[in-house]
Amino acid sequence: MIRHQLPLIITFFTGMLLIITFFIPHKPFGDLEQRFLIWYSIISGFTVLLGLDSLVRYHLSKLKKEFNIHSFILILSLFLTLILGFYSWFKFKTPFALNSPFMFLYTYVIIPLQATMFALLAFFIASAAYRAFRARTFEATLLLIAATVVMLGRVPIGGYISKGIAYFISFLFKIPYEKISEIQIFAIVSDWIMNIPQNAAKRGIFIGTALGGIAMSIRIILGIERTYITK
Amino acid sequence: MILNIIGTWLAATLTLAIFSFLYKDNPFYKLAEHIYVGVSAGFWVIYVWSFDIKPMLIDRFISETGIEKWILIIPAILGVLMLTRWFPRTAWISRIPLAFTIGIGAGLGVTASIQGFLIPQIGATLLPLTNINNILLVIGVISTIIYFYFSKEFKGSLKLFSRLGIIFIMIAFGASFGYTVMARISLLIGRIYFLLHNLLGII
Amino acid sequence: MREFLTKLATIDRRIIYLLTFLVVCLPMIFKMIMPIRVSEEVKMAFKEIDNLKPGSIVMISIDYDAASEPELQPMLIAILRHCFSKDIKVILLGQWALGLPLGEMALNQVAKEYNKKYGEDYVNLGYRPGYTALMVGIGKELRDFFPTDYKGIPIDSFPFMRKVRNYQQIDILVGLEAGATGDAWVQFAGARFNQKIILGTTGVVAPDMFPYLQAKQIVGLIGGLQGAAEYETLIKKAGSAILGMPAQSFVHLLIIIFIIIGNIGYFILRRKR
Repeated sequence: MIRHQLPLIITFFTGMLLIITFFIPHKPFGDLEQRFLIWYSIISGFTVLLGLDSLVRYHLSKLKKEFNIHSFILILSLFLTLILGFYSWFKFKTPFALNSPFMFLYTYVIIPLQATMFALLAFFIASAAYRAFRARTFEATLLLIAATVVMLGRVPIGGYISKGIAYFISFLFKIPYEKISEIQIFAIVSDWIMNIPQNAAKRGIFIGTALGGIAMSIRIILGIERTYITK
Repeated sequence: MILNIIGTWLAATLTLAIFSFLYKDNPFYKLAEHIYVGVSAGFWVIYVWSFDIKPMLIDRFISETGIEKWILIIPAILGVLMLTRWFPRTAWISRIPLAFTIGIGAGLGVTASIQGFLIPQIGATLLPLTNINNILLVIGVISTIIYFYFSKEFKGSLKLFSRLGIIFIMIAFGASFGYTVMARISLLIGRIYFLLHNLLGII
Repeated sequence: MREFLTKLATIDRRIIYLLTFLVVCLPMIFKMIMPIRVSEEVKMAFKEIDNLKPGSIVMISIDYDAASEPELQPMLIAILRHCFSKDIKVILLGQWALGLPLGEMALNQVAKEYNKKYGEDYVNLGYRPGYTALMVGIGKELRDFFPTDYKGIPIDSFPFMRKVRNYQQIDILVGLEAGATGDAWVQFAGARFNQKIILGTTGVVAPDMFPYLQAKQIVGLIGGLQGAAEYETLIKKAGSAILGMPAQSFVHLLIIIFIIIGNIGYFILRRKR
């Protein structure tokens, strides 16, 4: 009963309370909701620590079997960060004081590592654009045309290319260049794509996911969906 | 000043270690990767202490009086019960705080999705069909939703609308790809700027 | 000619990487500047903050980390410059813990430029886990989640914070988003509490926010590095975003060339078979 039924009862109670409080925000529902939200914030912090255990355990077990420099560096980095963090907290009242050792670690280790990891994606996207983006079908061609127009419309070079196209059109159709030189065709079409077809499709997709999310939430509250308590 | 110089060289070394992955996977990249995981994990512990346990539990417990003080024992216990997940024998106990958080999340999600998304978005789609943009917007939303309706075979007008839907979806994905390229390149620009400006002083 | 085009379709990926690297470096080394065209959605965001009176309160949420710093940090700095130049009070908080120090760095940098004092003109509340609960909870009472600022100082000791109890005292909420937190701000703070919201997002997230803009659930949208450059243009103070746009432009052109070459090679190879 406790192992299986109690969690379902708690989920039902908390979920229903929050839905009822939406319609009846007065006492006692409003106060109870606020209290539960504060508790949720406190408990979420402990959830973060869960992942830490599996990380440390895995690398410590690797080190026990045989010395692994990478696992050693990971554990060392972890404990060094903890030491610097708590030292900064004691000395500067907050680890986030800009002149603290903790912030030195953040500025010169976390920022470059995290930023560079994601900067690698620029190279991969360039390589993928070259190798994989093929106009095999009508839909794929449409995707590539939209991507090209948006890519040119969002950057200043699109303006220069538009001027070039305007010059070519003025030459071809004998239209005065001054009349059409300021028309930034890529920017205008890009804005239209973002505001109309892109907007419509994204709205349609998100309406679908929102409906799915609501259905899943109701299933969880009513105890029909129980995958979160399988372990 | 000297710390600044040491820090810049440390940051540059780590940046180049990560970039070395572009040539091929190598020990320097792996080292930098493991440093990143270790330092991030340590950061999270400090965050949880500084921004959650200390201000929300400990400081509150000290400053509050009466029932407001003692009631904080409940979230403290629930938080500790969450950590029983570390031990296989007692892992089932963590279902209790987990159920609490999931119930809160689900309850908030239902009302937010309906009030914050469905109703305003459907309302914004109810446009007068007086110009081509409005017509395209309405047709685009309807045809995209129909494209994802798999309970009926696509025949006749359903097939036409689903075909229209895929056209709108492909344009949307193309636009998203364009923006994604912009985003990824911006990240590279940031790192190159650091190397050229902070490290080499060229710009 | 056919052989040449077929060879072009099989270039080593490391040459692609090198070309990308060079095309990013060279415009920055030669300090190229290009004119920035300002889009409607950024103009809307700018006007909303520009129309605020001195003493108004803007809450900025740091919902990004170092991975999105090149795009969103220039945006944050530009918005802070705009706010401080108009004597608008700023409350900073964060939903992404690893991004909060970036907010603190930007606040320190810009506050020095405008002689703004911590506690009088701006406050950094810090971070709390459980962002959806926080967004709903501070709609009722801010102090339930932030009794103190990020240094542990009670927020009631700051003069302008004494009157701030919930969203009703906050004129605009600016969310700087690298993920789904922007949706949460709109659905919780915006829909439930009618909070006026401006979103500044990375390029990846920006297309997903257009439905909110069209439905008037947000009053402005600043998307990606281009959006940051546009905002810098409007406040008439160049920053790293404007400096990065020429490199951005040329790489976009390079990627389009890669796509064209790749497709030409593909079609020639297909014909051969």
